[in-house]
Amino acid sequence: MNRFISSFIAVSLCLAAPGLACAADVTLGNLKIADPYARAMVPGAEVGGGYLTITNSGKTEDRLVSATSSRAVKVEIHEMKMDKDVMVMRKLENGLPLPAGKSVQLKPGSYHVMFMDVVDPFKQGETIKARLTFEKAGSIDVDFPVGSAIAKKAGNGGDHANAAE
Amino acid sequence: MPTQLNERRSTSRISLHSGKEKPMFTKEWSIPAILTVFLLGVCGLIAYFTWSLIPPATAAESHMGGPFNLIDDRGQPITEQALKGHPSLIYFGYTHCPDVCPTTLFEMAGWFKTLGPEADRLKAYFFSVDPERDTPDVMHKYTGNFTDRITGVTGDTAEMQKAIKAWRVYAKKVPSPGGDYTMDHTASVLLVDADGNLRSLIAYGEDEGVALQKIRNLLK
Repeated sequence: MNRFISSFIAVSLCLAAPGLACAADVTLGNLKIADPYARAMVPGAEVGGGYLTITNSGKTEDRLVSATSSRAVKVEIHEMKMDKDVMVMRKLENGLPLPAGKSVQLKPGSYHVMFMDVVDPFKQGETIKARLTFEKAGSIDVDFPVGSAIAKKAGNGGDHANAAE
Repeated sequence: MPTQLNERRSTSRISLHSGKEKPMFTKEWSIPAILTVFLLGVCGLIAYFTWSLIPPATAAESHMGGPFNLIDDRGQPITEQALKGHPSLIYFGYTHCPDVCPTTLFEMAGWFKTLGPEADRLKAYFFSVDPERDTPDVMHKYTGNFTDRITGVTGDTAEMQKAIKAWRVYAKKVPSPGGDYTMDHTASVLLVDADGNLRSLIAYGEDEGVALQKIRNLLK
């Protein structure tokens, strides 16, 4: 019953806020993938960032090892961090560890799915399909709705920064 | 040596008792007194020199920049002369940058919008730390998307290195195993006055109010 109520609320929220990209959470084995979104790409740019939260409810560690998408020649799992005032970005060669019982957030300024050599830049409002592959759980297709170019979470696509403004 | 000192003390003590207090008192205290005055003088001199040396030292340090021959996003040559005579925002980044660079340039566009005519004299430059991939055409498409107030700067790699060094910015090419590469780079915006002095920095993710105040200070 509770579950019904919460899904009812979730659906109502989606309906009440048209224009908000309401990507459904997906589950793969012990992994739950929530709030996937991508950022609109700036014309001229060939790379785009994808973000999501992965919760591992299992008893053993898993790992996000790779990703593919028909929209990008290459997709990599990256880590970005600030070292004092220097931006440092690296490909995670061994994938992103997903510890048992923990949530890992891929978010701006941190881990992200990096879409590379994108020929047709992501535009706000469209959805980017990507297949994520995990070491143990296997593969799953995830829809990344595209928010603004500076979106900080899923569903705030209409945020104040509109590039063309 | 200590014995001699002790002897002297004992003599002065004896003299004290003998009733000739004043001259003996002066003699006993004259050395420490002179020493104190001397030390105070030395301290004063040190303080004076430190005080007088600090301002020119910082001024010299904040004076940055140097000659470069690069190309702007319209394909026109651009040199360090372009940065003179008006306040500037200078940012080093690259277009294959998924997060920090577009965010910063968006924020920059927002600052121009908020400041309006207040920022008429202000110019902004986006220098590419990745001139190999960032051709003038790529830079034009890229910067034009944020605001028409940002000039993209790219060109010869060696010339860009000159600009990077002159502005004491950190930029490093890091090869990825797949043959690609990423760039580590300083993510702060440099606030430079009309004389080419670095006046302040806006850090990545800095509060908008603080950033605007820093720019207003630069425009004063």
